[in-house]
Amino acid sequence: MSVLINEMTRVVVQGITGREGAFHAGQMIAYGTKVVAGVTPGKGGTLHNEVPVFNTVAEAVRTAHADAAAIFVPPPFAGDAILEAIDAGLPLVVCITEGVPTLDMVRVAAALRGSKTRLIGPNCPGIISPGKCKIGIMPAQIHRQGNIGVVSRSGTLTYEAVGQLTHLGIGQSTCIGIGGDPIIGTSFLDAIRLFNDDVETHAIIMIGEIGGNAEQQAAKFIGEHVRKPVVGFIAGQTAPPGRRMGHAGAIISGGTGTAKEKYEVMAAAGIHCVQSPADMGRTLAGVIGKSVAR
Amino acid sequence: MKIHEYQAKEILRRFGVPTPRGEMVTSPEEARKVAQKLATPVVVVKAQIHAGGRGKGGGVKLARSADEAALLASKILGMNLVTPQTGPGGRIVRRLLIEEGLDIKRELYLSILVDRAVEAPVVMASAAGGMEIEEVAKENPAAILRETVRPAVGLQPYIARKLAFGLGLSAEQAQAAVPFLQSLYRAFIETDSSLAEINPLVVTGDGRLIALDAKMNLDDNALYRHKDLLELRDLDEEDPLEVEASNYKLNYIKLDGTVGCMVNGAGLAMATMDIIKLAGGAPANFLDVGGGANADQIKSAFKILTSDKEVRGVFVNVFGGILRCDVLATGVVNAARELQMKLPVVVRMEGTNVEQGRQILRDSGLNFTIAEDMKDGAEKVVRLAGGAR
Repeated sequence: MSVLINEMTRVVVQGITGREGAFHAGQMIAYGTKVVAGVTPGKGGTLHNEVPVFNTVAEAVRTAHADAAAIFVPPPFAGDAILEAIDAGLPLVVCITEGVPTLDMVRVAAALRGSKTRLIGPNCPGIISPGKCKIGIMPAQIHRQGNIGVVSRSGTLTYEAVGQLTHLGIGQSTCIGIGGDPIIGTSFLDAIRLFNDDVETHAIIMIGEIGGNAEQQAAKFIGEHVRKPVVGFIAGQTAPPGRRMGHAGAIISGGTGTAKEKYEVMAAAGIHCVQSPADMGRTLAGVIGKSVAR
Repeated sequence: MKIHEYQAKEILRRFGVPTPRGEMVTSPEEARKVAQKLATPVVVVKAQIHAGGRGKGGGVKLARSADEAALLASKILGMNLVTPQTGPGGRIVRRLLIEEGLDIKRELYLSILVDRAVEAPVVMASAAGGMEIEEVAKENPAAILRETVRPAVGLQPYIARKLAFGLGLSAEQAQAAVPFLQSLYRAFIETDSSLAEINPLVVTGDGRLIALDAKMNLDDNALYRHKDLLELRDLDEEDPLEVEASNYKLNYIKLDGTVGCMVNGAGLAMATMDIIKLAGGAPANFLDVGGGANADQIKSAFKILTSDKEVRGVFVNVFGGILRCDVLATGVVNAARELQMKLPVVVRMEGTNVEQGRQILRDSGLNFTIAEDMKDGAEKVVRLAGGAR
C-alpha cells in the first residue's frame, strides 16, 4: 500500500501540450504511471504522444475515467486549472506550477472546502510511490520501494533526503512534496495523518522550513497521536528575518516562523530532530534500528 | 515587492481611501513649493525609504513654514537614515513626502493581509496606533481585533462596524469606517497586495478618519497582471547584486559571510547555508538557480557570487533532477574559465548523470574540489575559504 496513489491511479495531465507538461507527461509514462488523458483547451480530439487530449477536465473524467490530475499550466492560468479539476470532482489534484498569485490560491482554498478534492501543491515536485506511480517532476531513479514516508516543503531537499535513504538501502512508501507557497492544498498535518494510517509506512521524515506554523501543527498531532518514529529537519536556521528565501512562504515575519521555534515544538513532540541536512537518512536509519556503515 | 509610502497613498486615493494632501519631492526647492501650495500651519516632511521606524531615525519632521520645510528637506535628502528596520547600514534618502499637518485626536492601527492559517484575507485593528503590531501582539494580544473576510462574500459593512465599535469609535465614525475599510479592501484585492497597513489611522479633531501612514507590499507572483504597478519598483532600495540577479531570474540574497553558495532549489539552498554554519563557516549569500538553469544562468550566478568582495570560496551544491549534472558541470567549467576564477570552488553533485558531471570537472584541468556529499563539501569549502570565523 501507499498513500493517495498506486498502480491503478489514472492521471489526466492539464497542459499536456506545453513544454513542461509534454516533457513530464513522457517521464511519468516512462515510470509506469497510467497517463490516460491530457487537457489543452482548443486541442480536444487530438492525440499527444498517443495520449488523447480533451478540451475540458470534465470530458477527460467522463471519457477516460481519470481520477487524478497533474497540472503544468503557467502561473496565470494555474488557479483556474485547479478550480476546473475541483469542479470535475477529481479526488486528487497535483499542481506543480510555481508562481501562482496568492489571491488566486485564496479562491482555490475556499473552493476546496467541502469539495471531494485533495490538492497537493502548488509550487511542488509532486508525489511518488516508488515502483507504482509518479505524479510530478522528481528524478524517479533516486527512489526505491519501501516503508518510509517522506513529506517536505522543498523539492530538491526532498531529493536529498530520498537520495540519502536509498543510498543506505532504505526504501520509501510515498514521498509528498507539499510545496513552498504560503497557501497550499495538503499540509504537513494532512500528510502525517495519511502516513500514520498507512500500514506500509513504518517511519516518517518531515522536512520543513522557516515561515508559518504548519510544522508546529503537525508536531502537536505527532506528539498526541503518532507512534511511528518521525525524523525532522528545518531548513533556514541561518536565514535573516524579513527576507523571502526563494519560496514565497519561507519568510520569518515579526519574529515568528523561525527554525528555532519549530525545532522546540518538534523536539517536545518526540520528533528526532536533525540539525544537519546531511544527517536525515542516517538518523532515520538509527531510529528504525537499521545498522549503517561508517 | 515593496513600494514607498507616497506610492501606496496614491494607490489608496485612487480607491477612495482618505489620505492627507501631499506630494513627493526630490529637492528642497520642490519641498518649499509644495509646502506653500498646501498652505497649512504645519507641514510634515517625511523621508521615503523602504523601511519603517523612520521617525525614530530622524526621518520625519514638522515644519511651520515653507522655508523651514525647504531647510529640513535639505537636511534629510541625502542623509543615511538608520532605523530599527534598516539595520546598522541605513538607507540613503532620495525622496521626500511633503504633507499637510493634521489635527490628530486619536491614533489607531489597521491592516489587511493574507493570513496563511485561515487561507483568507484578515483585517486587523488595534487602538494602539503608531505601535508596531508585532509589539502589541507580544504585550497584549487581546488588544488586537481580527476579522476574517470570506473571499466570495467580500468585506461587508458589518465587519467595518464591528471593528469600529470594538475600537471605541463613535456611531458617526463607525459610519465613516464602512466606506474607508471597503475602499481599503478593494485596493488590497485589486492590486494583489500581500499587506496593506495603515499605521496610524487617525481620527481628526473634526471627526474624519484619515490614513496618516500607509504601507503596501505587492505579491510578486501577481505583478504580471499589474504592469502599472511594476513601474513603482525603486531599484535604489535594493542591493545592486540582487537587482542584477533578478535580471537573470536568479534568486539571490546577499548575506555577510565568506562562503558563496550556488544551489538548485530554495529548500536545499537554505539547508546549504545551514550546513556551512555547522561546519564553522558563514554563508555569503542565498542563491537558488532554479530547476531548469542553463549555462548562461550558471555563468551569471558565478559572476554575481564572486563580485561580492567578501567571498573567499564557492560551494556549488546541486541535486540534479531536471537540471542534469553534466549540464551543470559544463556551465561551471565555462564560467570558471571565462571569469578566470581564482577562488577555490567546491562542487558537490548528486542525481541525474552525476558521473558524467564529475568527469567533466576532472577533465577541465581547472582546480575544482569534488565533494563526496553535502557535509564533506561544506567542510572542504569552509577550510579552503580560510577556516572557521
